[in-house]
Amino acid sequence: MTLHGKAPHTPRVCGHCCTSIDSLTVAFGRGIVLKDVNLRINCGELVAIVGPNGAGKTTLLKAILGEVPYTGSIRFSIRGFICPAPRIGYVPQKLNFDSDSPISVSDFMSSAISRHPVWLGVRPSLRRKCNAALERFSAEHLLKRRLGELSGGELQRVLLAMAMTPVPDILLLDEPVSGIDAKGLSVFYRTVCDLRREHDVSIIMVTHDLPAIAPHADRMVFIRQSILAEGKPSEVLANANLIVSLGSNLWTISQFSESVVKSEDDHDRPLP
Amino acid sequence: MIDLCHRVIESATVLECLKYDFMKRALLAVSLGTPMFALLGTMVVSNRMVFFSDVLGHSALTGVAIGVILGLADPLWSTLVFAVILAIGVNVFRRATHAANDTVLGVFLATVVALGIVILSRGGGFAKFSSYLIGDILAVTPQQLAILGILLAVVLAYWVVAANGLVLVSISPSLARSRGMSSFLIETSFAVLLAVVVTFSIRLVGILMINSLLVLPAAAARNLSCDVRSYTLWTVGLSLFSGFAGLFASYYWGTATGATIVLFSAAFYIVAAVCGGWWRGRTLAQS
Repeated sequence: MTLHGKAPHTPRVCGHCCTSIDSLTVAFGRGIVLKDVNLRINCGELVAIVGPNGAGKTTLLKAILGEVPYTGSIRFSIRGFICPAPRIGYVPQKLNFDSDSPISVSDFMSSAISRHPVWLGVRPSLRRKCNAALERFSAEHLLKRRLGELSGGELQRVLLAMAMTPVPDILLLDEPVSGIDAKGLSVFYRTVCDLRREHDVSIIMVTHDLPAIAPHADRMVFIRQSILAEGKPSEVLANANLIVSLGSNLWTISQFSESVVKSEDDHDRPLP
Repeated sequence: MIDLCHRVIESATVLECLKYDFMKRALLAVSLGTPMFALLGTMVVSNRMVFFSDVLGHSALTGVAIGVILGLADPLWSTLVFAVILAIGVNVFRRATHAANDTVLGVFLATVVALGIVILSRGGGFAKFSSYLIGDILAVTPQQLAILGILLAVVLAYWVVAANGLVLVSISPSLARSRGMSSFLIETSFAVLLAVVVTFSIRLVGILMINSLLVLPAAAARNLSCDVRSYTLWTVGLSLFSGFAGLFASYYWGTATGATIVLFSAAFYIVAAVCGGWWRGRTLAQS
């Protein structure tokens, strides 16, 4: 698979795979984090979840992962059949490990994709598999490096490579662009878009980077405890209520929403 | 040639102490115990459970005290049950309250130590329990050796099944969750296993030293290794070496064995911390 400069083709959306979230409510103690969220995400669809800090965006992803208790329902169906445990690829917002951890990139990937104990060493076949996964994201040179030595961008590529091995039904990305420089950013968005097209993966991306995601997302969902706006990125960004609620970001977004409207026409065109 | 003969004779004098049965048993105990501690220690350090395992060790004070109150002939069982309940309790409590890890553990540590001392010191009789503080590996019984052997087998089996999960949880519990692993199950099962091993070993190495035996070799090995395999190998190697060196040194110096072993591990830690960067660079350049 190549990631860049490939001829465009219609997404292979089968229309029968989806994630249905119905009346999802999450509460920690007395505080309600998410309230009555209803959302349907089809396969091959890139949905951007936006909203202010503390709006419950990460919690939504954790509910989908089954990591936090919730009321309501989250159901997955694949090719028309209910699937209780879909394959989920997940790129967390931040990792919480000591930078001197003696864990190499190949250890990290192997521990997730194989049952062979990593302390007995990574088998050559598994190493090749990790290498192939990293190659897709031009990160194969990182295989032997310790996880703690990687830069933000390098770590992001490793995490994405891991999330895509094996190819998941749903890809959850939690603010995946923090710590990536401008050049890495455009590569990252292209990569994500290509993944969606080629593998028919549902992608749910939590992000603050509205200008960058808007041209790529099929839908944008604005969350603050519950869904306040949902639709095409231009529609959501044009929503006056949203702009007011974002407060300090007012200027950037209102300026930006115009450029989005313009760029939305060439939405499905390949990126230069 | 003469030099070589001298060395052989010297090494024979070191091993001379092995004519005693208690030294043979102690040597066997070290050979079984230190690799087991080493394996557990790698993940105790990686998963930031150093303070937690310290609490487990100290909980033996309360465990023994409960055994004394219940009138048990051997307080081992009350110690074991208490440590396991504590291990599960701390994990549940931490998740339920979202409180800072070290604060919660500090509270637990203070409580179990104070409770144990209060009960054991009733009537001024704490001195007879002081053997729990230091332990005595030279007094190891064949029965204890058998238990150590079984525990080592259990730890190895657990390591084959669960080590990958522990590695992943040490990096990101959410990521582990996305791979269908429950971080609660992994952390709690590890904590329970740790509780069992620590409890059985208290008699041999003592409450004060047990955590150092778990933590120091792994802490030293972290400086020298670039991946999980070399981390494990280094930890087991350093553990065994410190164990043997400490055992023989304590025989000739007449010192407590557990503490002597720990001093050797500490020396390795200092060397590893100083030379670690250079060593890792060399290893990477070679590979």
